[in-house]
Amino acid sequence: MFGYYLDLAMRSLARNKALTALMVLAIALGIGASMTTLTVLYVLSGDPLPGRSGTLYYPQIDPRDNSGIMPGKEPPEQLTLIDGLNLLHAKRADRQALMTGGAVPIKPDSAAIDPFYVEARYTTADFFAMFGAPFRYGHGWNAADDEAKARDVVISSELNERLFGGANSVGRTLRVAGSLLRIVGVLDDWTPSPHFYDLNTGSYGYAEQVFMPLQTALDLQVDHNGSTDCWGNGTGGVGRIYPSSSCVWMQLWVQLDTPIKAADYKEFLVHYSEQQKALGRFVKAPNVRLRNVMQWLAYQQVVPDDVRLQAGLAFGFLLVCLVNTVGLMLAKFLRRAGELSVRRALGASRRALFAQLLVESGVVGLVGGVGGLLLALLGLWVVRHRPSDYAALAHLDPAMLLTTFLLALGASLLAGLLPAWRACQVAPALQLKSN
Amino acid sequence: MELRPILSTLRRHKTTAWLLVLEIALTCAIVCNAVFMIGHRLQHMHMTTGIDEHALVQIQLAEIAPTPDIFARAREDLAVLRQVPGVQAVALTNQLPLGGSSSNASIKLDPAQREPTLSAGTYFGDGIPQTMGARLVAGRNLQPDEIVNADVVVKALASGNTKGLPAVVTVITKALADRLWPGQNPLGKTIYLTDQVGVRVVGVLADLVRANAYNDATAHYSVVLPLFMGAGKDQSYVIRTRPQDRETVLKAAVAALKKADPERVVTQQRTYDELREKFFANDRAMAGILVGVIVALLTVTALGIVGLASFWVGQRRRTIGVRRALGATRGDILRYFQAENFLLATFGIVLGMALAYGINLFLMLHYELPRLPGIYLPVGALALWAIGQLAVLGPALRAAAVPPVVATRSV
Repeated sequence: MFGYYLDLAMRSLARNKALTALMVLAIALGIGASMTTLTVLYVLSGDPLPGRSGTLYYPQIDPRDNSGIMPGKEPPEQLTLIDGLNLLHAKRADRQALMTGGAVPIKPDSAAIDPFYVEARYTTADFFAMFGAPFRYGHGWNAADDEAKARDVVISSELNERLFGGANSVGRTLRVAGSLLRIVGVLDDWTPSPHFYDLNTGSYGYAEQVFMPLQTALDLQVDHNGSTDCWGNGTGGVGRIYPSSSCVWMQLWVQLDTPIKAADYKEFLVHYSEQQKALGRFVKAPNVRLRNVMQWLAYQQVVPDDVRLQAGLAFGFLLVCLVNTVGLMLAKFLRRAGELSVRRALGASRRALFAQLLVESGVVGLVGGVGGLLLALLGLWVVRHRPSDYAALAHLDPAMLLTTFLLALGASLLAGLLPAWRACQVAPALQLKSN
Repeated sequence: MELRPILSTLRRHKTTAWLLVLEIALTCAIVCNAVFMIGHRLQHMHMTTGIDEHALVQIQLAEIAPTPDIFARAREDLAVLRQVPGVQAVALTNQLPLGGSSSNASIKLDPAQREPTLSAGTYFGDGIPQTMGARLVAGRNLQPDEIVNADVVVKALASGNTKGLPAVVTVITKALADRLWPGQNPLGKTIYLTDQVGVRVVGVLADLVRANAYNDATAHYSVVLPLFMGAGKDQSYVIRTRPQDRETVLKAAVAALKKADPERVVTQQRTYDELREKFFANDRAMAGILVGVIVALLTVTALGIVGLASFWVGQRRRTIGVRRALGATRGDILRYFQAENFLLATFGIVLGMALAYGINLFLMLHYELPRLPGIYLPVGALALWAIGQLAVLGPALRAAAVPPVVATRSV
């Protein structure tokens, strides 16, 4: 029966080629646009460290003076250097890393390569283990190296490729900002996206190429990049003078394996704030936050507004396309009321009619859906070639592929059900009388 | 034109008619909002900066090894750049209008104030307005003897002893002056950057837009402070030249700087026009996408109307023939279908207006978009009426061409 219905559907669709093409194209365009924008939205709001992000937290405390601050407001988005070091040394979490961003000049040994600048991260020993950064060669440094201001450096695989042709460079030296550092590790490809641990230096498709101990960086007075917020007499520094003590420019990330530990840590932050207030460093009542990775990304509204707007527009467009197709299909079916009532009069049940019409609309929906998938692939290719920082991320993964199929199927059913149901309501012989 | 027969016909095709009305309503609502958003973006993209955009180039340098004296280094660089043929003026600045990366300060009118009055962009440097071509409308520009090296100020603030600093003066934009002291003369007034540092206004610029001018309302709030930042990777040399000489001057300037000290990396060299284009790249892309959405929506809707009308014409061929046989002219038939479409479009537009308003409310809540001005509603309405009439014309002409003899034939 299905084969017969399919044959009928094909004949019917072939009779109005322009109209069939219009219906298929409308569905394909709608699905293509929605899937492109939805994939971008999905990729951008993704979890940068699946499996780990739930236990990684970003402590915030409020060291600001009373001027210019109203009660109940959010604490600053970063820490002062002194608070960062205090919390780091307290070691109250399972793992903790203090960090800030920067850029450093690299002067290769080979005269053939001109000196260049790369993005850098100044951090502490736990960074690699806590974030699960994979090593290709060697390993990170340890906490003792942090305190000793060890002249150690970990480089990215990209930089290793550029300088050493991808060979194991552990143990070799690298001239960074005029000082010789020893390479202790080479990372494997690692670009957590969004760049959750410091959104100030770039949110997407951003990766540092040099990682060095924070104390070493401060000692060498290398350049700081990112956001600096000051209050009172604080200044963001100039030249080799770093931001002053009333400026926040550090990020601390902690790993807390259980919710109880997280609750305890939050209490510790309150306690720390009270203690600092007693010492006269803090002025305000404790004002702390402890968000995990996904909560932090949501709070920071990391997904660009324009991307969400585009997804909204695409779905609006899909809706119009669907309504359009349903209307056309319905008009088409109703026009065949004569033919349908003859079939009814000859004994076809309403269910059989419904099935026949559904096959016809299903074909339109399915072809439209496949077309939509192709258009989505094309759309993502276009997105990848646009100059936005998230361009490289726009790929269809299995989950989104499945979503596309479901969307196409749902759309085609939606587009088919109503017209088929409405048209099979025709009375058996009534239509034969007139017309 | 008698509407009753049309309405009675439509009642017989209730579902189809409603679907068309719904499609027109959705299209109308989205088009209204999209046109509004395009207008909003275009307005943002045409922001005036107050500077001589086509005469400027920017160079950023970074040292390979730490510089012993960044202030001496910057003064040497400036001297080198002034010698480059074609250079009319040159200045060291911490930021450029629409540069993206910005320096800002909270401004108070009274040091005891708890909440700052507003935030303004802070330009640090010597001769910034003169080099960039920002026009002075009152008072005077900063004098070379008022410029202080930044480290002196940083150290003084860090120690809390600001007594030794010279009296600080500033040049501010007219927009900022009007916002801080509406209707008053800003010259001689004081703004506070911290509880201790009051800065006296000595000059007013027509305009000098901020580096992070994302918000149109606060984009023109800037102050120029007499701080000399010294050489650094975040500082820029901004050069003024004749527009036609920009490329050659840029090349010559970079070569001269490299020659003065090869131990550094040029991290940025571009004309100001390139900088501006980069700042608005996302807005331009979004406006393009919105235009695409509008075109796609109107096309789909128009084709939908063509399709539906064609069906109805085909379905009603006999009725049309009867009407023609009973004396209706071709014009009558044509007008019938045009009126039918006008009626459907009107229903759709009325529904679409309400929907457009609803979408705008949602966008205002989530995307900091202003309220949809009433003017955009008739724009959407006219667009859909026009599209509807255009789309229905073909099928309606075909209907009008149906000969009266059809009435006498059976199916």
